[in-house]
Amino acid sequence: MQFAKDRLRYLFGSTKGLILVAIAMIAMETALFGMLSGPMAEYGVRDVVVRALNIDLVQAEREGRIIILYHSIAMAVVAIEVTMITSMLKMKESYKLGVRALITTGYLMAMVFGMGFAYWGHNWALHGLYIAGLTLIFFAGVLLVIALWPWSREVTQVDSAYARTRKGVDLERTAFFAAALTTVISAMFGAVAGANFGNGFTVVLAENIIRYPEKTTMEYSVIGHLHIMLALIAIMITLIIGHWLDFKGLLHKIAMPLMILGTIVLNVGVWGVVTPLEPIAHMVIYVGATPSMLAALMLVIFGWDKLIRGGVAGIRRPGLWRKLGALVRDPLRFGPLWQMVFMNFTVSGIGIFMAVRLDEIFRVWPAREERIELTGHWHVLSAIIATIILLYYGDMIGLKGKLRQLYGWAIIIASDIAFAAVTVFEMKRLFVAEATQQPLVNTVILLMDFGLGILLVVLALVMVWRLLDLFRKQGRWTAEAEHELSSEVA
Amino acid sequence: MMRHIGTLLLLGVLLAACAPVDLDAAIPAYDTGVDTEAWATISAGEFLSGQFSDRAAIDYDYEIMVTDVTVAQVVHFLNAALQDGTLRAVDGRIVGFYPGDPFHDARHEVEIVAGDYDIVPLDDPASRFGFDGTTFTAKAGYENHPATNVTWFGAWTYCGAHDWRLPSEMEWEKAARGTDGRPFPWGDEIARNNANYYASRDPFEDMGSVGSRTNPVGFYNGRTYGAYATLDSASPYGLYDMAGNVWQWTGDIYEGMHYRFMRGGSKDTYEMDLRVWVRNNATPTYFSPGVGFRCARNP
Repeated sequence: MQFAKDRLRYLFGSTKGLILVAIAMIAMETALFGMLSGPMAEYGVRDVVVRALNIDLVQAEREGRIIILYHSIAMAVVAIEVTMITSMLKMKESYKLGVRALITTGYLMAMVFGMGFAYWGHNWALHGLYIAGLTLIFFAGVLLVIALWPWSREVTQVDSAYARTRKGVDLERTAFFAAALTTVISAMFGAVAGANFGNGFTVVLAENIIRYPEKTTMEYSVIGHLHIMLALIAIMITLIIGHWLDFKGLLHKIAMPLMILGTIVLNVGVWGVVTPLEPIAHMVIYVGATPSMLAALMLVIFGWDKLIRGGVAGIRRPGLWRKLGALVRDPLRFGPLWQMVFMNFTVSGIGIFMAVRLDEIFRVWPAREERIELTGHWHVLSAIIATIILLYYGDMIGLKGKLRQLYGWAIIIASDIAFAAVTVFEMKRLFVAEATQQPLVNTVILLMDFGLGILLVVLALVMVWRLLDLFRKQGRWTAEAEHELSSEVA
Repeated sequence: MMRHIGTLLLLGVLLAACAPVDLDAAIPAYDTGVDTEAWATISAGEFLSGQFSDRAAIDYDYEIMVTDVTVAQVVHFLNAALQDGTLRAVDGRIVGFYPGDPFHDARHEVEIVAGDYDIVPLDDPASRFGFDGTTFTAKAGYENHPATNVTWFGAWTYCGAHDWRLPSEMEWEKAARGTDGRPFPWGDEIARNNANYYASRDPFEDMGSVGSRTNPVGFYNGRTYGAYATLDSASPYGLYDMAGNVWQWTGDIYEGMHYRFMRGGSKDTYEMDLRVWVRNNATPTYFSPGVGFRCARNP
C-alpha cells in the first residue's frame, strides 16, 4: 500500500510528477489516435485498431471527434504549462494546490471522458463529465489569474536586472498574468460557440468555412478561439522558457512590455472578429502579433548570447566556430530557442506569405488545397510547442552526457525534418503540378513519418524508462518529488 | 561509414522526390457495361441534407446523368463546337463565351464579367485528350473515363450546349444519397473497393509513380475485373461515381463569391472527402485531372 501511496504522491503531488503524468497521457493518446488517420489509415493500421478496440467511427461525427481530440490534448498541454508556472512563480501555497488540483482533475476528466464520448459511442454521461472536466480547467485558470496578481507587495521585483515598473511591479509576472487572464476570457469565447453548436448536435471546422463571405458570429468565434488559444499557449511557453533561462537585462526590459502589449492587442483583435471591429480585426491581430514575436526574438538573442558566453568563458578571442560550438553544445537549452526560430519558417512565414499572396495564389487553388496549408501550419505550431516542452522536460529530469545529447538532438532533428516536410507538402503546388506530384508526396510523407516516428520512439523510451523508474525504491522519482522549477533556473 | 550511409539514404530519398512521372503510362482498359448516355429521374420530395441530416426538399422532378461526362463525350462536343464556332482556340486554350455574374464586391470576390473564358487547356500534359490543331481525340484507354481538366466554364458550356445544366448542390446531393441521410451513396460505411480514392489500391493507381488515376465511369458496379472485385456502389437512384474518382462541378452561383462548388471527393482525396455533404470549391477557371462533371435537366 505504501508503495502505491509514495508513487501516487510523487505523480500527483509533485511538479515533475504532474508533468510526467500529463506527458504520458498525451503520448498515449497521440500514439493511439494517431493510428486512425493519415498514412496509418492508408496502411490499414486504422482498421485493425478500430476492430481491436471496438471504436465507433460514425461518419457524420468525424469533425466532432477531431474537435474533442484536439481539446483533450490541448488541455493536457495547458495543464503542463500551468504546473510549470505554479512551480516557477511565487504564489500562496493554497493557490498553488488549488490550481493544480483543479487543472489535473479537469484535464484527466476531459481526456478520459471526452475521448470515451467521441470514439466509443455517444454516451451523454461521458459528455457531461467531459464538460465538467473543461469547467474545472476553466476554474483553475480563474484561480491562476488570482494567484498571479502582479500588484501585491509580496511579489514586487526587487532586482533591477529584470523588467519592472518604477513601483517595482514585476513585468514578467504581469506578462504571465496577462496571458492567463486573456486565456480565461478566450476560453469563454470558445465555450459560448461550443455550447451553441453542441446544443444543436452540430460542429464546424474553421478550415472548411474559411472562404465563405458571410459567417455567423458563432463561426467567427470558433475561428477566433482556436487561433488565440494556440497563440496564448505559445506565448505562455515562451515566457516559461524565458524564466527557465533566467531572461534578464536590457532585452528583458524591452521584451516584457512588448509581450504584455502584444498579448492584449492580439486578444482584442481576435475578440474583435465578433464585433463591428471585424473588418479591421486582422490588422489589429497583426499589430498584436508583432510585439509578441519581437519579444520572443529578444529571448532568443539573449539565450543564444548566454549559451555562447557560457561556452567560451575562459577562452581568449574565441573564433566563430568555437562560438557556434558553444551555442549548440547543449541541445536541451539551445533547442527550445532554435525551435522558436524554426517556427518562423514553418508557421509564421507561411502564414504571412499566405496572407500577402492570398488572392493571387492560394485562393486560385481549390479550397481543399488551402485547407492543407491552414491545418498544416497550425499542426506544426502545436507540435513545435510540444517539442519545446519535451526539450525542457529533458533538462528537468536531469539527462546528462551522451543521453542528453542524443535525446536533445533526436528531438530537434527529427521534428524539424518532419516540420520541414509538412511545409513542403503544404506548399507543393507552388513547384509541382497535381498530376506529377506523387514522387514528391511520397518523399515528404516518408520524411514526415520518419521524423514524427523518431520523436514518438524517443518519447516512448523516456516514458518506459520513467515507468520502470517508478518501480525502483530509490529511483529518480524520489529525488524529483521535492524539486521545484523555481530553484532550477538555468 | 555509417555517416555516409545515412547521407546516401537521405540523398536517395530526396532524389526520389524528383523522379519523372510518365503521364501517358499504360492504363488497364475495362468495359464497365454501364450506359454512359443514361439518365436517372429524381422525384420531387423531401430528403435529408448535409452532415447533420437537415430536412430539405426539392419540389420538382429532375433528371441527372447516371455517369460523369466521359472523355469521349467531351471530345465529341469540342470538335463540334470548334466547327460551328461556339468555341475558339486561343493561346494554348479553348475559350467560350460566358454572360457574366452579378457582382457584389464582397471581400475576396472577383468580378466575372461577360466575355470569353477558358473551357479546356490545350497544353496540359495531364489532359486525357489530344489536340492536333484542328481536331480533338481521346487518349487511348481513357475514352470511358470521366472528362477532366475541364473548367467550370467548360462544364457549364457543355451542359448548356445540350440544353441541360449543371446540377445544383442540392440536386447533386439528393441524387447521391437518396432520402435516408446516408453518408455514402451506397450506405453507411466505405470499403476500398467501393470507390476510387487516395491509396484505395484500385487497379488504376500506382502510388510509386503516377499516384491515383481515374477509373472508367461506372466501374464500381459489383463486377469483377481481372482479379479486382468491386462492390456495387451505385446511389439509391442508380448513379455511379458519386463518391470518389473525380470531384464534380455543380451549378450554383452564390452571392458575394466567385468560387464554384464541387462535390463527391476524388481519386486524390481521403475517404472523408467522399462523404456526400463535403464541399470543395475553386475559381471557375480552375481545371484539374481530379475534377469532372455531370449534367442535369428537367424532364
